[in-house]
Amino acid sequence: MNFPILSTLIFLPLISSLFIFLSKSKTNNFGVISISLFGSIATFFLSLFLWYSLDTSIPDFQFVEDQSWINNFIKFKLGIDGISILFIVLTTFITPICIVSCINSVRIRVKEFLIAILILETFMIGVFCSLDLVIFYLFFEAGLIPMFLIIGVWGGPRRVYSAFKFFLFTLLGSVLMLVAIIVIYWITGTTDITQIYEIKIPKEYQNLLWLAFLSSFAVKMPMWPVHTWLPDAHVEAPTAGSVILAAILLKMAGYGFLRFSIPMFPNASEFFTPLIYTLSIIAIIYTSLVALMQDDMKKLIAYSSVAHMGYVTLGIFTLTKQGIEGSIYQMISHGLISAALFLCVGVVYDRLHSRMISNYGGLVNYLPKYSFLFLVFALAALGLPGTSGFLGEFLVLTGTFQKSYLAAMLATFGVVLGAAYMLWLTKRVIFGSTNNSEIKKINDVNKSELIMLTVLAFFIIFFGFYPMPLMETFDISINSLIDNYQNDLNANQL
Amino acid sequence: MEYAIIFLPLIGSLLGYFGKSLTKYFSEITTSLFVTISAIMSIIVFWNGFQNNIYGNYKIFEWISSGGFIANWSINIDPLSSVMLVVVTFVSALVHIYSIGYMSHDPHKPRFMSYLSLFTFSMLALVVSDNFLQLFFGWEGVGLCSYLLIGFWYKKESANNAAIKAFIVNRIGDFGLAIGIFLIFFFFGTINFEETFNIASQYSEKTLVFFGIEANLITLICLFLFIGAMGKSAQFLLHTWLPDAMEGPTPVSALIHAATMVTAGVFLVVRCSPIFEYSQVALNLVTIIGMITAIFAASVALVQNDIKKIVAYSTCSQLGYMFFAAGVGAYHVAMFHLFTHAFFKALLFLGAGSVIHAFKDEQDIRNMGGVRKKLPYTYTFMLIGTLALTGFPFLSGFYSKDAIIEFAYLKNSSLGNYAASIGIFTAFLTSIYSWRLFFKTFHGPYNNKKISIDETHESPLVMLLPLMLLSIGAIFSGYFFKNIFIGSSNNDFWQLSIFFLNEIKYEAIPLWFLLTTPILVLIAIPTSFYLYIINPKTLEDFKNTNIPLYNFLLNKWYIDELYEKVFVVTAKKIGSFFWKKGDIGIIDKFGPDGISKLVKIISNKTGRLQTGFIYDYAFVMLLGLSVLLTYLILK
Repeated sequence: MNFPILSTLIFLPLISSLFIFLSKSKTNNFGVISISLFGSIATFFLSLFLWYSLDTSIPDFQFVEDQSWINNFIKFKLGIDGISILFIVLTTFITPICIVSCINSVRIRVKEFLIAILILETFMIGVFCSLDLVIFYLFFEAGLIPMFLIIGVWGGPRRVYSAFKFFLFTLLGSVLMLVAIIVIYWITGTTDITQIYEIKIPKEYQNLLWLAFLSSFAVKMPMWPVHTWLPDAHVEAPTAGSVILAAILLKMAGYGFLRFSIPMFPNASEFFTPLIYTLSIIAIIYTSLVALMQDDMKKLIAYSSVAHMGYVTLGIFTLTKQGIEGSIYQMISHGLISAALFLCVGVVYDRLHSRMISNYGGLVNYLPKYSFLFLVFALAALGLPGTSGFLGEFLVLTGTFQKSYLAAMLATFGVVLGAAYMLWLTKRVIFGSTNNSEIKKINDVNKSELIMLTVLAFFIIFFGFYPMPLMETFDISINSLIDNYQNDLNANQL
Repeated sequence: MEYAIIFLPLIGSLLGYFGKSLTKYFSEITTSLFVTISAIMSIIVFWNGFQNNIYGNYKIFEWISSGGFIANWSINIDPLSSVMLVVVTFVSALVHIYSIGYMSHDPHKPRFMSYLSLFTFSMLALVVSDNFLQLFFGWEGVGLCSYLLIGFWYKKESANNAAIKAFIVNRIGDFGLAIGIFLIFFFFGTINFEETFNIASQYSEKTLVFFGIEANLITLICLFLFIGAMGKSAQFLLHTWLPDAMEGPTPVSALIHAATMVTAGVFLVVRCSPIFEYSQVALNLVTIIGMITAIFAASVALVQNDIKKIVAYSTCSQLGYMFFAAGVGAYHVAMFHLFTHAFFKALLFLGAGSVIHAFKDEQDIRNMGGVRKKLPYTYTFMLIGTLALTGFPFLSGFYSKDAIIEFAYLKNSSLGNYAASIGIFTAFLTSIYSWRLFFKTFHGPYNNKKISIDETHESPLVMLLPLMLLSIGAIFSGYFFKNIFIGSSNNDFWQLSIFFLNEIKYEAIPLWFLLTTPILVLIAIPTSFYLYIINPKTLEDFKNTNIPLYNFLLNKWYIDELYEKVFVVTAKKIGSFFWKKGDIGIIDKFGPDGISKLVKIISNKTGRLQTGFIYDYAFVMLLGLSVLLTYLILK
């Protein structure tokens, strides 16, 4: 295919943000919102078309675009396979929802906010399409800037502290990754990952390079103990920021492990597996317990995200079919569920301007529709069968069990804790009764909120019962990932 | 038709929930009607299977496939599941109808009916599953509905807490079930029932090292599956949620916490009989836990005063019976007791609900009494239920409970004999507490101070009709189904759905043994009438001289308090410790905050070097020059 469809996909949001930038309507928010909505929905349909036309029976990269950017050094190389397409679709699906959520939650500088979101979308799609380390790095790090601004400009009272913490953590990790990329170029003479896959990095370099990549991914993931920026960032970020952060930015690290760490450094990946298991298990148990004690809704959900991401890292490094497929499924599903939960918090925050759990209670009496949806999402978050949250977790645990009984047992125990904090949250917010007289005055979800949340609820339940469209998409790619990994290990051991 | 049985309740539930604003009675009529149709069809399916041997497996569509991890949405009809279908849909239909009357004053009735139907769907999905994953779906699905229904009156703090407790304790059980499934998949490479059961026998000798202990694989699988069963069926140590679950509306207790959901654990053990049969260790454990639960719950039931809690502990105790029946290898007898128990226990619960209704939400039996003439129908039905539960000759409980005790005896092992004697003793206790409840509720003086006796009233027909149908079941189900369920040759009816490695042969049993239980049960009636009605003082004296024992029983052996202290408080403490000390105290302090502080300090220090005075700079330059020169000269 000659038409540069991936570039189009990447830059479509950027172009629509340009339109918004040029639009003069300073007072007319409706205008800019419809432009950005139109742009992002067009992007969504384009990505759906890509998904449809992607041949999932072969593991190769498709729709590859390869242009020289800096002579003989960096190539602007793009391509997708069965793994990345799902993340792209997730990104393009979540973005319009974020834009819709702005209608109710963003009051100042709507135009600039939308520009930031759309630019961020460009970078995020770029991350999932890149087949060149430098391009990947650029997109990966560039995403920091709009996010930093979203938290820093539209955030809550402690936004500066949070933005700085977010930036400090992520920057620290990424510097090491940059060094690693330079070293890889120095070893292999290329930054094109398809070529690096072929060349195979010598065993003696792998461990250090792997650690350098880990330092970046671990922060983004976030893994314990570099997770503390996430709760703060979430708490201060505006709703749409939280949604993007939880739903997509956290997934870039998981994707990074699959795309870079494992295929490029198979020996190191095997060597460090115990480390990842340990950190993941700590993340699951530790943050679940911490989540139990939170009195701020957003913090609670943020900590639960850390625990859920613990399952993802655990599953990826089992390097079993069930483990990896479960991880990807968990990432997609968490993308939907956490987005929904943050939107739910946003809905009541817009009305009462409080995130404290103790200020709520008995919402079901006054907001029945909202409460129903909240309950659905909470149950999905605790991994109830019949929602997408269950399958990911269960597959990860099945995969883990084949490698380590202890890790699997502990992680399974985390599921019990997950139920505890989620149900307790639900009880304190939705059920019971309240002394807060303001709650009695607020309205149930309005039309735009209802649409967003219903759409999310629909997909969460749909993919809980019928996950095969997703599973079939990445099935072959995962097979080849595991096969290559095993072959590399065997080859290096000889 | 099989599809309709499963999906009608789901459709009813959705219509009932989302169509509640259509007309006033829309939800209750739709849900009740759909479940009733489903019940009628279940009976047809059961009959077809029994008479014409029509069974089958219907695949709906593929749920998940990841490597060898394959599970379908399926409807598997075999003798075992057809029995469960009848129990579930029949009791569910009656409870739906009963609820129309019982919940008539509740503004949230559509939601209630919808949850009931959703529960029915989940339970059906559980019993007709042909693989472990769909079983797990149903398993957690019924847990969810139980959570929703226990917490139905969401304004009550206690109801909310009970709901959460039920879900969490069940999750601990599910944890075991999940590990069992992982083990099965890891070693057998499949989670399909049929394939698993075919492979199981080949692994009977396999051992593996599990946390440093060499264990038999089959035993390990059974133990973990049994943890799941313990959670769902409220067996000793994981039973604490069931009495609390009585916070939910009474129809819920009848349907979920007596007849259907709590029997899912028994169903699981029976379903997995092809695995359990290869592990004597696991079977013995099942027997022991069953025994302990039976006697523990009966002992607690003796002193409780809440009418529903007594029945709840009674359920717990009867489930114990079912487990030890399964443990001694008499799976079919366990199923038989499950079947009869569903009728008389649902009857007792709904009857209790009718009493509560009559007393305007009074649940304490100390505040009742003397209303047998005011509530003649409820009185009769409760009498039938009590007789059936205690095993009065020729009522349903007599056949099934005595069969359990007999089979334990026939097992002819020391554990079997022990179980039989515990069974007999528990039957005696059962009789005492059941008659205590009955007499204190209906006989003796009228004790309620809040409302006068004239205000108590009989329930409407819509509530009495289900009671009547259940009474018929409670009287006749034992007699009629005895030959089908536990007839001379076990495999006639059950075929391959229950597996017996060493079948217990039914032999002649000494007459004195056969008569012991019925005689004890009969003696208990006048005894309790004397103790509780004619001369309560004797008992009062006994209570006062044995206060510690009384308190021990009244406080349910203090297990709840123990758990609260050991688990709940500890988890919360660790949680806040990790948060305050771990995240804020260490990671942030030495991480980002520490670094930023360090940067600030250093930059302050370095900032001071830039004094701006020429002579300072000149001095430093001179110093540098001299160091450089010294270095060059020395070199």
